[in-house]
Amino acid sequence: MLHYILRRLLYALPLLLGINILTFLLFFVVNTPEDMARMHLGQKHVTPEAVQKWKHERGYDLPLFWNDQAQGGGQATQTIFYQKSLGLFLFRFGRSDEGRDIGADIRQRMWPSLAIAVPSLLAGLLADISVALLLVFFRLTYLEFWGVALCVAAMSVSTLFYIIGGQYLLGKLLQLTPISGYDTGLEAVRFIILPVVIGVVAGIGSGARWYRTLFLEEVEKDYVRTARAKGLSEPQVLFRHVLKNAMIPILTGVVVVLPLLFTGSLMTESFFAIPGLGSYTIDAIAQQDFAIVRSMVFLGSALYILGLLLTDLSYTLVDPRVRLG
Amino acid sequence: MPVFLATDLLFFLLLAALGATAFHAARREPLRRPWRKVARNPVAMVSLVILLAFLALAVLDSIRFPPKAADGAAQYRNEPLSLLDLWLAPLKTHTEKTYSAPLAAYAYAKEMIREPGGGERWDYPRLRYGGAHLADPERERMADIVATGAKGLAEGFALWLLPLGLGLAGLYRRGRADFAGRLSALLRGQGGMPWRAIGLTVLLLCLLGGAMGELGLKYHVLGTGKVGGDVLYQSLKSIRTGLLIGTLTTFATLPLALGFGILAGYFRGWVDDVIQYLYTTLNSIPGVLLIAAAMLVMQGYMARHEAEFASLALRADFRLLALCLILGMTSWTGLCRLLRAETLKLRELEYVQAARALGVGRGMILLRHILPNLFHLVLISVALDFSSLVLAEAVLSYINIGVDPSMDSWGNMINGARLEMARDPVVWWSLAAAFWFMFALVLPANLFADAVRDAFDPRRGD
Repeated sequence: MLHYILRRLLYALPLLLGINILTFLLFFVVNTPEDMARMHLGQKHVTPEAVQKWKHERGYDLPLFWNDQAQGGGQATQTIFYQKSLGLFLFRFGRSDEGRDIGADIRQRMWPSLAIAVPSLLAGLLADISVALLLVFFRLTYLEFWGVALCVAAMSVSTLFYIIGGQYLLGKLLQLTPISGYDTGLEAVRFIILPVVIGVVAGIGSGARWYRTLFLEEVEKDYVRTARAKGLSEPQVLFRHVLKNAMIPILTGVVVVLPLLFTGSLMTESFFAIPGLGSYTIDAIAQQDFAIVRSMVFLGSALYILGLLLTDLSYTLVDPRVRLG
Repeated sequence: MPVFLATDLLFFLLLAALGATAFHAARREPLRRPWRKVARNPVAMVSLVILLAFLALAVLDSIRFPPKAADGAAQYRNEPLSLLDLWLAPLKTHTEKTYSAPLAAYAYAKEMIREPGGGERWDYPRLRYGGAHLADPERERMADIVATGAKGLAEGFALWLLPLGLGLAGLYRRGRADFAGRLSALLRGQGGMPWRAIGLTVLLLCLLGGAMGELGLKYHVLGTGKVGGDVLYQSLKSIRTGLLIGTLTTFATLPLALGFGILAGYFRGWVDDVIQYLYTTLNSIPGVLLIAAAMLVMQGYMARHEAEFASLALRADFRLLALCLILGMTSWTGLCRLLRAETLKLRELEYVQAARALGVGRGMILLRHILPNLFHLVLISVALDFSSLVLAEAVLSYINIGVDPSMDSWGNMINGARLEMARDPVVWWSLAAAFWFMFALVLPANLFADAVRDAFDPRRGD
């Protein structure tokens, strides 16, 4: 097991290096620091000196990969690639183009993201699986037909409308919750409810349909017939046997997103003005702060790879047939 | 002479390729069988009719002509006009000052009105175009709307009689003797194709189109937006954007997914390793972030090459194309993985082994034996991805990394109308229009994709 984990972690290194180089190429070669400086300074203030000053302050005036001017090891270290990219491997995110400490921002902003993402995930999972099990329980009836039809209709609606509609209905008309914003401590609960409810409702169409197909595949298997034959009631069959045996595909979807919860959802957070990592990224995109966007890309990718590893490990816990080696 | 933008050309190229594939498939029995299953499914056929109606509008909107110097409003002079623009010219040119409610005759906000006898009053002014023909809107408006709507419905019904007559004539020619019997079978919904459902859908579309068309000449059916543009016109123009994102992205995805998937699966070894590394790397990057990063880079490129994007239409078009390409780059990995696995399986099957033993070249094996047998996977994934791409467009446009803000798209409509929900009374019509148009495109697309998957997925038996 340990051996396996170690090997997987080693596999992750070339992947992360690839991501690192890809974003590096995108941001520093296709789009040079020169362009960044121009974008930031705006049309009026672009003079060669200003551009040079902007680049120097942020350390973008070094050569990309190889520094001929430096001595010894400096030839490799006095470069943008070394200073701006390799630090990411140690989760040293450096400073944003505005001069803020990205690492500190991330540590501070991941909590609101988690506060929204974790309840959304859990409530969503519960709702999706319950609806899916209900649909399977009433299979081959009109209830199932209309349930599935409703799911397809629900997934044909853009998330934007769930958010706008939810904010209008619950926030403005019924005044049950604040429309947007965030607070620290227990006060935050008031602000969390609306995004979580909307997240669950928005996801239920595709989620329930997905789990329904999983359960239907299980229901047709032999052991289910055996369970029924020995006299178990339908709910017992569904909850005790089918649900348990459908755990592997369910876990595949769930565990892989667990680490990504840190980075939050771009959409939800920016719509509800939650000071998490999602809105952080959106703001960075709007301000064209490449340092932050690169850090978030790297962080997101690293977490995704971690999620894949966790998924594989979780298999061994739910299914003794799976052995990793 | 029509002018074509890059996306128009690619769109037509894609349609031509689709046509060629359909022609090819129609002559092969194994490919025809699943399609027949789709054709017998009433839900799928109704969806197809609606999708084709959307497609027709998108095609009309993709054939452009350079504007004549004299005609049209001044602000549009430099932009080429599409057939749809020419057809909807009344909608395009009837712009009000600002918001107005659907089918309204008065503006949405009060302003100072100069009275004929001198003096001023603070009231809702009449609209320049909406209900302008009415002498006393308060009394006449409802009756006029009903009358105009009825006229439109009648015209729509008349339009419907045309395909109906053609269909009946065709039926009559195929078998004079049993005409009555087969007609009644069709009306009862029996037989192969669900003609009854198709006919009803076409009727519905004709009636809707007729009523909208007649009312649109005299009113703003769906109201007007912030700068007074007709919302119905914006929604119709957005169809092309949505469809193009859905289809052109596929165009960008397919060569990569097919090429890499087949190569990795067939050659295995280091080729497989490299390709797997490539798609795992891309796959590890959160999609939205990669799109955002690439769009930022693209904007930098456009800023550097300003001279090449002289007109607004060119800029918007390039941005749309770039968005499709970027979406394609981020979404080929899933299909590639599927195709790789399938190719791994196919290459071990007897007929491929036999072909290899007989000395058939690699290229030939890939082209004749592997590629056609991956067709169903490609089809299923393309059908399933379409609707999510249309939805993604709206979300991306909302966070400003989607299509150009000057381009009509449902995402831009939502973005523009979002803040109006806070007004009192609410400006709801832009949002509602975008909602219904998106829904009307995405729901049939989802239903049709389901039918295609059911018909083509070999794991699901007949």
